[in-house]
Amino acid sequence: MTEQSRIDIRHVTKLYGRTKAVNNVDLTIDGGAYCCMIGPSGCGKTTLLRMIAGHETPTSGSILIGGTDVTTARTGSRGTALMFQNYALFPHLSLTDNVAFSLRVKGVRADDRRQAARDMLDRVQLLHLADRVPSELSGGQQQRVALARALINKPRVLLLDEPLSALDEFLRLKMRVELKRLQNDLGITFIHVTHTQPEAIALADQVVVMDHGLIEQAASPREIYNRPHSPYVARFMGGQNVLAGRVDRIDGTTAVVAGRNGVSYDLTAARGVEPGQNLRFSVRRDRIAVRPEAAARNGLTGRVVNIEYQGTYVKVALETGLGEEFMIYMDDEDYFAHPHRVGDTVHAAWDASMNHHLPGTNDSTGTPHED
Amino acid sequence: MSAQSPGGGSRLTPYLQVAPLALIMLAMVGIPIGTVVLLSFWESDGISVYPAFTWQNYRDVLSTGVTLTLFANTLKYAAIVLVATVLIGFTCSYFLVFHVRNLKWQIGLFLLCTIPFWTSNVIRMVSWIPFLGREGLFNRMLMQSGLTDRPLDILLYSDFAVVLTYIHLFTLFMIVPIFNSMAKINPNLIEAARDAGASSWQILTGVIIPLSRTGIALGSIFVVTLVMGDFFVVRVMSGGQSASVVSAMKNQIDQLFYPQAAALAVLLVLVVVLMVSAILRVVDIRAELAR
Repeated sequence: MTEQSRIDIRHVTKLYGRTKAVNNVDLTIDGGAYCCMIGPSGCGKTTLLRMIAGHETPTSGSILIGGTDVTTARTGSRGTALMFQNYALFPHLSLTDNVAFSLRVKGVRADDRRQAARDMLDRVQLLHLADRVPSELSGGQQQRVALARALINKPRVLLLDEPLSALDEFLRLKMRVELKRLQNDLGITFIHVTHTQPEAIALADQVVVMDHGLIEQAASPREIYNRPHSPYVARFMGGQNVLAGRVDRIDGTTAVVAGRNGVSYDLTAARGVEPGQNLRFSVRRDRIAVRPEAAARNGLTGRVVNIEYQGTYVKVALETGLGEEFMIYMDDEDYFAHPHRVGDTVHAAWDASMNHHLPGTNDSTGTPHED
Repeated sequence: MSAQSPGGGSRLTPYLQVAPLALIMLAMVGIPIGTVVLLSFWESDGISVYPAFTWQNYRDVLSTGVTLTLFANTLKYAAIVLVATVLIGFTCSYFLVFHVRNLKWQIGLFLLCTIPFWTSNVIRMVSWIPFLGREGLFNRMLMQSGLTDRPLDILLYSDFAVVLTYIHLFTLFMIVPIFNSMAKINPNLIEAARDAGASSWQILTGVIIPLSRTGIALGSIFVVTLVMGDFFVVRVMSGGQSASVVSAMKNQIDQLFYPQAAALAVLLVLVVVLMVSAILRVVDIRAELAR
């Protein structure tokens, strides 16, 4: 199964007029992996998904599924099934007939296909509604029907176009678990397009972060979250503060960077940097301590502009004069032992090993959730 | 929404809300039909009409074979015109909705369909005469190209001319509702069908036609009622050689046999009501329009 459902995307470009929706993308998705493509709207993630499904043809490049070139293969004959964002259930057909649709076009006998559809509906716990039409169902139920309809053909690759975006928060979390469980059971490749960062982190084996038709970074969620490639990825995925500075000198493997605020930062294992070079680095927001005095190195000072309680931690936003808000995620017990107020001046400090060099050049703000 | 809504609604409110429409319907539909039904029981002698209650008019209408012939002829027209307008209307709408993706072009071409309707029915009908006549453009073209050596007589003053005119006059009434229901089809449904491996033909029969059936039903109601109620086209385009139910009625009215005409009219209303309710049984228009 694994080899059959591997996807190789080679130098794929898609032009709409003169706009490059997807720009020379190379990507391999392991068979049986759960891959999440994430990025702001217009980043090309949906176009890439639609090209894998065969609803769009690449302007150049090739797409292979299980080693077979399917770049121009007919939709529906390449072993993929696409689940649409708004589900696209046939309003005139009962749930059974919706699920059985692809069997019907294949010419499967009525009894057999209805039985198969009912089995599939049973699997998504909707057998008791088999004779209803989609408009009589709730959003969550419609989604399960769409899932059943996509899976009835036993695809090698299931493609999901923002499958959870139409659901409310509670259902979204519930369906997220069901999707992951289903993928474990079936062992096929799932490619899931989303613009919600926690969704990608929670579900994926492989996260593909895109922007402007390019893949910024494709790696495991932990890698993406901890070691973002560029300032854009760091900001888009959240959880990181991005800082800038100029390399002062190199001490062995450590680059000493002078920040714009006059504080020095030690970047361990920053490869390929030279003195005098401007660079950016990131610091995880939850690895920052608050000190009574300003730190000489690896720290900064700012004024509290916002405080948000998140249950298990507290988000403290600092205005540092560096152009970008600096965020500290404080443990709730630590915070409430010494609470701050908006307007207070706070000294932050962290361990030098938390500094992560961002070699990528994409410096866009990467506001998540924009749609 | 409900009659008991806050703000002092009473039991009367819903009735008051429907009253204006009910009054208009009563005045414009109820009273005329009531008059016709009443008249159909009166007596006449070709000179004057007398109030009475007699079934004689219905007996006369139902006992002659002419009535059957008239209905058969009218239904034949309606059936042929219905098939032709559905085919043309569906094809035009399909083209407009699924091939012309640009909204401006869509609106432009749609308006183009309506241009013939900027002039009167009579002019559109009569303009066929110089085209189809013995010495008309079409016959001359056929003869000059050597396809025939004699002018074709069936082109004008024939059933062909009647049906052709009906199609020309009524196709738009089919295009508009079908276009409307087709335009509402979510393009994702077509992609979903393609994703399931459906061919273009399977998408047409499995998705597009079922989802256009409200429009087809509405258009059919328009076309059927228009054809069933027409007498002018039949009279002019058949050159008086064919008759429909209404053209027979017109003859009776000209001869002052109002009650017989009224009886025939009641019969026609019944037939049309049956046809429309048959269409409505197949397609639940109310449920589909609310979709």
